[in-house]
Amino acid sequence: MSGLGAGATAAHYDQRGLVEPDVQPPLVAEIDGESARFDGAQLSTRQINAELRRLVYAEGVTDVTVDNPGAKHSLGVGILTRCRIHFAGSLGYFGCGLIDGPEVQIDGRVGWSVAENMMSGVVVVGKNTGSLAGAALRGGDLVIKGDVGARTGIDQKGGTILVGGSAGMMTGFMMQRGRQIICGDVGHSLGDSMYDGVIYVGGRIASLGVDCVEAELDAHDGELLDRKFRIYGLDRPGTFRKFVCGKKLYNYDSLEPSERKLIL
Amino acid sequence: MCGIAGLIHRDGAADVGAEMTAMLQALRHRGPDDAGFALYAPPRDGYVMRFNLAEPNELRGRHFSERLERNRQEVEARLAKVGATVDRLDRQTEYSYRAEFHVDSDISALVDYIEDVPGCEVISLGHALEIIKDLGDAHSVADTYDLRRFRGTHAIGHVRMATESDVDISGAHPYWAYPLADLAVVHNGQLTNYFHWRRRLERKGHRFQSECDSEVIAVYLAEVLEQGTPLETAMKQSLDELDGVFTYIVVTADSLGVAKDVMAAKPLVLYESDSLVALASEEIAIRALLDREIDTYDPYEGQVLLWDR
Repeated sequence: MSGLGAGATAAHYDQRGLVEPDVQPPLVAEIDGESARFDGAQLSTRQINAELRRLVYAEGVTDVTVDNPGAKHSLGVGILTRCRIHFAGSLGYFGCGLIDGPEVQIDGRVGWSVAENMMSGVVVVGKNTGSLAGAALRGGDLVIKGDVGARTGIDQKGGTILVGGSAGMMTGFMMQRGRQIICGDVGHSLGDSMYDGVIYVGGRIASLGVDCVEAELDAHDGELLDRKFRIYGLDRPGTFRKFVCGKKLYNYDSLEPSERKLIL
Repeated sequence: MCGIAGLIHRDGAADVGAEMTAMLQALRHRGPDDAGFALYAPPRDGYVMRFNLAEPNELRGRHFSERLERNRQEVEARLAKVGATVDRLDRQTEYSYRAEFHVDSDISALVDYIEDVPGCEVISLGHALEIIKDLGDAHSVADTYDLRRFRGTHAIGHVRMATESDVDISGAHPYWAYPLADLAVVHNGQLTNYFHWRRRLERKGHRFQSECDSEVIAVYLAEVLEQGTPLETAMKQSLDELDGVFTYIVVTADSLGVAKDVMAAKPLVLYESDSLVALASEEIAIRALLDREIDTYDPYEGQVLLWDR
């Protein structure tokens, strides 16, 4: 691996070629063995991300704490290695998007599109998030202890979204796989146009979306719910209702309209 | 895209000019074209009026400054003619003016009469409200109009990325709700039944000063409030009657409200304490005001919230 460490002057890439050629990490972190800590208050988004990448890719650090992230956008994105990242504060939009592997703890709030397109890993948000939480999530666990906005898990393709509070309208809009566990109330059009996947709701439901139907909970559902609440130390609501795709809109086949005419 | 922000102090006056400048500058990436402020000083007996006599990007011609000076005198003469006592009339920039006056007559007739002066556009009129908007970011507008020393109780602001109309002052927010003194609106979104409402409101005698869809919200609220409807009811009604995606903030001399459309398509983050309510398109704008970790939340779809100062 080519380094991004101190003294690096020429353009360097990490092994995946992901770092911009002209990026200069600010080299401000205090490194103590495998853990490190730095203050983001005076740093730009690019500098914070470059420092994070330097620590986890080039310095062999596996546990990073970022103080004062200051609700900046796009922090902690695109980290593709196993590590722990702790943001001691709030993030802006797109926090921890496009990650594959990290376990992230965020003490504050995150704006729109937290953990968008996460492939694997864990993101735990201490407070609320905006809309589009876990959009296009592919894997891993996204845990939000507070409330979330609208269209949670839009286009979700895997993984689990666990919301301790309430969710807005169109939760699970067009989700294709994966699970959502909402402890509180949900807004209108729950699971609208979902293809597949499961949504568990502990609170009241304003209305169901197109082709979203209630299903019976079985032993597997109970085991999953118990396990997820145990892992993240959250209070489990007494009862859950389960919602899945009614599959009434399933009109797919692999034939073109002209081919269908020939065969049928 | 556009960014909106609002703040209301519930424990007396503060440096709302400087505070709104900081909030809007933090949202600069959402709209680099124009920046606009609606600032509320403690209400006075008389009126304060902000008006422009030209657009900043209009062709100057050979006798531009003479023409503006002539038109300024004409505004002053017309104010006197309708019986107004002008306490002061200052030039803020090359084309922008601020007047303080007392008058007993109907202000909508007064505004019509003044706007009949060539190039004249009344930006705001009220006992507490002052709207300041121009091209550029929040810092440059605040510097040009000396806003950082403005003390008041509440304010809203807007940074604009022009999508529906030209980059000029008439397309910039906030919009004053002619002819209701002290009411102003900022908006993030698009209205799809704009022409429908514009035609309907124009037939009722309302005037539009721009081609911007957001202006219709201010004029719509003026129309509904003039019929004696309370502000909160009018805002709830707007959720049904205005189509499109929108989050808008409305302010009066003593309250600040926000309405979010039923699709929840435009963002808003809210911070609330006993002494201060601050809201913006992004938390980073609120953090420009409060440099510490805070609890914030997003209002849900179809919500209308209102605070008094």
